[in-house]
Amino acid sequence: MGKELDSEPVLNEDEALLPRGRVGEEPVDYQYISPCDDPREDHYIPPLLVSSDANAQMLADEERLLDELGVFGESRRKFLGHSAAVGLGAFALHVIAEQKAFGFTDAEIARNEPAALENAITVTLKLNGAAKSVEVDSRMTLLDAVRERLGLTGSKKGCDHGQCGACTMIVDGRRVLSCLTLAAQCEGKNVTTIEGLAKGDELHPMQAAFIKHDGLQCGFCTPGQICSAIALMQEAKNGDASYVTVDVRQKTGAITLSDEEIRERMSGNLCRCGAYPNIVAAIREVHTGKPTDAVAGMIIEEVEHAAV
Amino acid sequence: MQPFKYTRAADAGAAVAAVFGSGDAKFIAGGTNLLDLMKEGVTNVSELVDIAGLNLTQIRSTATGISLGALAKNTDTANHPLVRRDYPLLTQAILAGASAQIRNMATNGGNLLQRTRCSYFYDVSMPCNKRKPGSGCGAIEGINRTHAILGWSDKCVAVHPSDMAVALAALNATVNVKGKDGGTRAIPFPAFHRLPGDTPEKDNTLEHGELITSIEIPKNLFNRSYYLKVRDRASYAFALISVAVAMETKGGIINGEPRIAMGGVAHKPWRAMQAEKYLAGKKATEENFTAAASAEMAAAKPLEHNKFKVELGKRAIVHALMRATGIV
Repeated sequence: MGKELDSEPVLNEDEALLPRGRVGEEPVDYQYISPCDDPREDHYIPPLLVSSDANAQMLADEERLLDELGVFGESRRKFLGHSAAVGLGAFALHVIAEQKAFGFTDAEIARNEPAALENAITVTLKLNGAAKSVEVDSRMTLLDAVRERLGLTGSKKGCDHGQCGACTMIVDGRRVLSCLTLAAQCEGKNVTTIEGLAKGDELHPMQAAFIKHDGLQCGFCTPGQICSAIALMQEAKNGDASYVTVDVRQKTGAITLSDEEIRERMSGNLCRCGAYPNIVAAIREVHTGKPTDAVAGMIIEEVEHAAV
Repeated sequence: MQPFKYTRAADAGAAVAAVFGSGDAKFIAGGTNLLDLMKEGVTNVSELVDIAGLNLTQIRSTATGISLGALAKNTDTANHPLVRRDYPLLTQAILAGASAQIRNMATNGGNLLQRTRCSYFYDVSMPCNKRKPGSGCGAIEGINRTHAILGWSDKCVAVHPSDMAVALAALNATVNVKGKDGGTRAIPFPAFHRLPGDTPEKDNTLEHGELITSIEIPKNLFNRSYYLKVRDRASYAFALISVAVAMETKGGIINGEPRIAMGGVAHKPWRAMQAEKYLAGKKATEENFTAAASAEMAAAKPLEHNKFKVELGKRAIVHALMRATGIV
């Protein structure tokens, strides 16, 4: 259609950041990068390896990118300030960590309250550790309540029918589908979303592993994948069985998951980009505590990084 | 989704009274199927009575076997030490179904009450006798690849979607329910779900307002069991065919009555009585398993697009028996 935007597009900071630039290339057209054309091998640049020349080049790339994405004002200043200082990889980490974990304030929640609800239910729950009280229609799902009424849009609505896992949240320590949970049924529950995982500037190890292993492409399924994977770590500690467990009669406490086990246990989280090998690698690394190679699934020596 | 009143039940009696009192009211526990059906407009309710907080979550050993609370989560049931040790078939079947997230939400009672995933049932623009009695069946001459090959009627060819229920059929479970005025009854598993006949709108023999309180499984001597699930992808899909096998073998001979149940073939979990009868007292060999499977599938009547299920059913029975007995 070639239709021009008649107003500035509104982008969340995290959305503005997703197309990541690479060092040492001519500026390219960032408007649309086909997943098929996306060279994977040097996609992620550890910040310590970025030279000052490279930083300058990246800054130019990023300015162009931000222009094309229509990012202006505070978000842009923040972006450029950070990226000039430490490079894109570290910046991404920083901004994800900096995201507000608690969503709307009480005043904002009250301001967004619908004028009249036919079947209003008041729900009080803990969202990423903060007590929230919100009046919802009896039909409202936990996903919609968190996104629309409580202001945390990290959890995604993929299928809205419990088939994709993009809406996965951790409720009272367990991964559940927030699109098939009524908000009204969450009275007194402890809800954790992707926004609640980092501690200040420090990413949750699973978030860091997903970035390190490129466990995403478009990123839409990622919040659900990460919440799901974190809950999986606890399930493995509990010694829970899965359909591919050879002998379910043996219950032995904490178990070490094979790649087959990780795949089976993560099957409720679909990834249309097909980042599965990298997702498995990220989870394996956190689960075993040993750095792993994404493709071959082999444990690589830490010296490999030191030698670069 | 249509507007509905939401209430939390204080106890089981109050929950039953609330649903009995209103023709369009339903219980909600995990909600993994009901909420989806409500979003699609397949199921419409005037009121949801939330029973998730009721004290029906216990899993305990009894004098006669094990009792599973109706509101125990599928995850907790599958991983309960007693279930894993004494009823590993049930553990396997539960873990074959859905995803970890859904099993964390879904309850045992709700699992039995989940409705068919027939695409004509789900599509409100299509005829479906189960959703709208008298409107016809879209599947019987439609795309019926995933549909029934046993026990169907000209009114409905849908299949029951549960894996857990297939294991419970093989384990001869009993469903305990609470009804109006505090009355209770125990429904033997074969009499719980039903074949479609002329009233496919009824999946089971519960009356409106009756609440499942627990599921009991009797003790058994089975030293061999296996749950095989065949589906279109490796995980997180409904069964094309599934087979639950439980039996006792002694010195390579099948001792007593073996139990075989199938999913994905009928409107209810299908007890493979012909195969069971054939195998009782026989040697556990591939030849006998194959003959038993052929005996069971002799009655199969496939539809246009699911003819493959007859041969698949035979092979699945044989493979499940081979896995259970350790031949493969």
